[in-house]
Amino acid sequence: MKKDSINVVLAGNPNSGKTTIFNGLTGTHQHVGNYPGVTVERKEGTIKHKGITINIIDLPGTYSLTAYSPDEVIARRVIVEEDPDLIVNVVDASNLERNLYLTAQLMEMEKPMILVANMSDVAERDGFRVDYDLLSQLLGMPVIPMVGTRAQGISELLDAMIDAGLYHKETVDRKIQYAQDVETEIAKLEAVIARAEAALSTETDGSTDRLPFFVGKLPGRWTGIKLLEADTEIMKCLREWPAAPEILEQAKLSRRQVNSLVGEDAEILIVDGRYGFARGANREAVARVGMTKASATERIDKIMLNRILGIPIFIGVMWLLFQMTFTLGLPFMEAIETGFSFMGDWLWQHTQPGLFRSLLVDGIIGGVGGVLVFLPNILFLFLGIAFLEGSGYMARVAFVMDRIMHLVGLHGKSFVPMLVGFGCTIPAIMATRTLENNKDRLITMLVTPLMSCGARLPVYTLLIAAFFPPQVAGNVLFSIYLIGIFLAMIMAKVFRTWLMPGVSEPFVMELPSYRMPTIKALLLHVWERAWLYLRKAGTLILAASVLMWAMFTFPTVDLDGQPFASASLQMEQSIAGRVSKAIEPVISPLGFDWKIGVALISGLAAKEVVVSTMGTLYSIEGDEFFEDGDEETGRGTFSQRIRQNSGLTPLKAYVLMLFVLIYIPCMAAVAVIKRETNGWKWPLFTVGYTIALAWLVSFTVYRAGILMGLA
Amino acid sequence: MIRTLRDLEVGSKGIIKKVNGGGRLRRRITDMGLVPGVEVEMERYAPMGNPVEVKVRNSHISLRKEEAAEIVLE
Repeated sequence: MKKDSINVVLAGNPNSGKTTIFNGLTGTHQHVGNYPGVTVERKEGTIKHKGITINIIDLPGTYSLTAYSPDEVIARRVIVEEDPDLIVNVVDASNLERNLYLTAQLMEMEKPMILVANMSDVAERDGFRVDYDLLSQLLGMPVIPMVGTRAQGISELLDAMIDAGLYHKETVDRKIQYAQDVETEIAKLEAVIARAEAALSTETDGSTDRLPFFVGKLPGRWTGIKLLEADTEIMKCLREWPAAPEILEQAKLSRRQVNSLVGEDAEILIVDGRYGFARGANREAVARVGMTKASATERIDKIMLNRILGIPIFIGVMWLLFQMTFTLGLPFMEAIETGFSFMGDWLWQHTQPGLFRSLLVDGIIGGVGGVLVFLPNILFLFLGIAFLEGSGYMARVAFVMDRIMHLVGLHGKSFVPMLVGFGCTIPAIMATRTLENNKDRLITMLVTPLMSCGARLPVYTLLIAAFFPPQVAGNVLFSIYLIGIFLAMIMAKVFRTWLMPGVSEPFVMELPSYRMPTIKALLLHVWERAWLYLRKAGTLILAASVLMWAMFTFPTVDLDGQPFASASLQMEQSIAGRVSKAIEPVISPLGFDWKIGVALISGLAAKEVVVSTMGTLYSIEGDEFFEDGDEETGRGTFSQRIRQNSGLTPLKAYVLMLFVLIYIPCMAAVAVIKRETNGWKWPLFTVGYTIALAWLVSFTVYRAGILMGLA
Repeated sequence: MIRTLRDLEVGSKGIIKKVNGGGRLRRRITDMGLVPGVEVEMERYAPMGNPVEVKVRNSHISLRKEEAAEIVLE
C-alpha cells in the first residue's frame, strides 16, 4: 500500500524560530491542546503537499532531553510513542554550536532527520559563512537553510520532508563518539539490554503492556547512554521490567567504573561529548568573515540592562504594557458592555414578561457579555506579551526582576502576571504561561488574584466614600492595595515552602538575541490565546452565569404563590439569600450579616456586582426614601443610604473591603485557572484558600479593631 | 583558594574546571554549554546585583550568583 501521509515532529531550542516555521508550514490549520496530566501545550497542524498529507507536531522548545523538566520529558516521549516518520530539527544558524547540542541528542534516537538552519540571513549578517553542504555531510542528514520570518525555504523543506519521511532518502547513520571509557561502558550496557530484549521476544505471552515505553522502540545504545546519565525517568520505567535488576546493576557498575577511571561523572562526560561534536561540526562548517565585533544584541543590552538605566527602562516598558492592556482596552470594553445592555434592553421590550425573558436577558445575554467583556484586555495584553517574548525582552524582565521576586520564592518572570493582576485577574492568569517551570507558574497563578483588580475598585470607592472622611480616603485605598501585595508575598513564600517544597528550579537561562517579531507571529499568538479563552473558559463562565442567575431568581413566588412585595424581599427568599442565611454564623464573627453574605455571593459573578446588590438590598429596605438626599450627586445619596441602612461601621466597612480583596477573585478567574491547569484541583484550591485567608485576615482585623476601640 | 565563576569580575574571562552541585542544577548548567574546558566571560551584573550574565559559546546566559558559585574555574 502506498502511504499518502507522514507524521513529522518539529524539535528545536527555544528561540530557534521553530514556532515561526510551524506557523509558516501550517498557517491556521493548527490545533492547540494539552498533554494529559501536565500543563505543557500540544500543538499540531497539517499541510498537504504534492498530494501527501503531512501531520506536524510542534514539540515544546528545549535545550536538552533530560528527565528534569516536563517539557523535555514530553518531547522525548512524543518522539518515542508517536513514532514519527521524521524529526525536523530547527536550529538557529547564527548560533549553531549551542543548537547542535540538541541535534546530537536527537540523532541518538536514530530516526530519519532533517536539519532546518533557520535565520540564515541573521547568520550572514553577523558575519558567519555556513557551508550547508558540508554540514549536511558531517551530520548525515539533509540541511535546509531557511528564513522563517520571510517564509523563505518553505517549499524546499516540504519537498525534503516527503523525500526523507516517505522515501527514506539520504539517511546516514552518524554516531556521536564519546570518550573511550564511556564507549566501553555503553557497549556493556547495550549487550545487557540486547540480551533482555531477546529473552523477551522468546517469551510466550508476548504482552508488551508492562514494558518501559522506550524498549523495542529506541536503540539499546540510547537506553545505555541514558542509564549512564543516571536518567531518573528511564530508571524508574525500567524497574517494572523483570530484566531490571541486572540492567540497573550493570548501570551502577558502569557509572562507578567511569567515575573511578576519569574522575568525573559519566553524565558530564556525555554532555561534554555532545558539545564536542557540536563544536567540531560548527568549526568545520562555519567560517567567520570579517572582524569579530559586538553584535547588535550586545550593543542594545548595554543600554537595556545598564545598571543605572536598566530599571527605569524596565518600569517604562511595564507601564506601556499595562497602559496598552487597560487603557486601549477600555473603549472596547465599554462598547461591548453598551452593546450587550442595548441588546438586553431591546429583548426586554420585545419579549413577553416571565422567566424565559429573565433567563434570556439576565442570564444568557448578561453571561455572554460577561465573557466577551474581558476579550479586549486579553487581546491587547497578549499582543504586548507576544511582542515582549518575540523580541527577546521577556528574558530580560526575568533578569532585571529576579532579585526581588526570588526573595519570596518566585521567578523574575512572575512579575508580569502579577502586574497585570492589578488590571484584571483573568489575563494575568493567562500570562503565567510565560513561566516555563510548572511550580513557578502554579505559585504565581495562586497568588496573582491577591493583586487587587479593577473590578474591586468600585466596591472600595463606594465603601470609602460612605464611611471615611475624604482626607483619609486615599490612604485607606492605598492600604488595601498594599495589604494585597503583602499577602501575595507571604502566600508565595508559604506555598513555596509547604505546598511545593524541594530544590527550587535553576534560574540558568539564555538571554536570546533581540529580534523584531513579525506581524503574522504576533497576530497568530493573540488569536490563539483569545480563541482558547473563548472556547475553554468562556463556556464555563457562561454556565456559571446562568447558575448565578438561577440562584438569585428562584423561587419567584413566596410560599403562598404570591409575587414578592419588593426586590429585596425576593432576594432574601432566593436561593442565594437562603444560602447566605445558612452561612451567617460563619460570617457573623467578621461583623457581617446575611445581607453582606448575599452581596459577597453575587460578587462571584464579578466583584463590582457587590455594589449593585448592596444597592438593591439597602435602598429599598423598609421603603425608606431619602427625599432630603442630595439629588444632584446621586452617589452621595447612595453612600448615605448604605451608611444609614447597612448597619456597617467604618471598621466593618474596612473589613468588608479586605474580604472583597481576598476572597475568590470571580467565577471567570476560577474558570481560567481550571483551563490553564487542565483540571479542577487548582481552581478549587484557589477558591478554598482565598476564602480561608479572607476570613482569617478579616477576623483578625475586626477583632483587633474592636480591642482598639474602633468599633 | 578555589576560584568560581561568581568571583569573576565584569569583563574578565576564565576557563571552567569543574561544575559542582549535582542533579538538576549541574545538568542545567552543563546543558547550556558551561562544561569543563570552555571559556566564559563575565558580561554584567543585573541592575540589582543579581543574577549575572555570562558569555559562553557565543551566546548569553544568565544565572544567579549562588549558581555561578557552583562553577569552578581553572
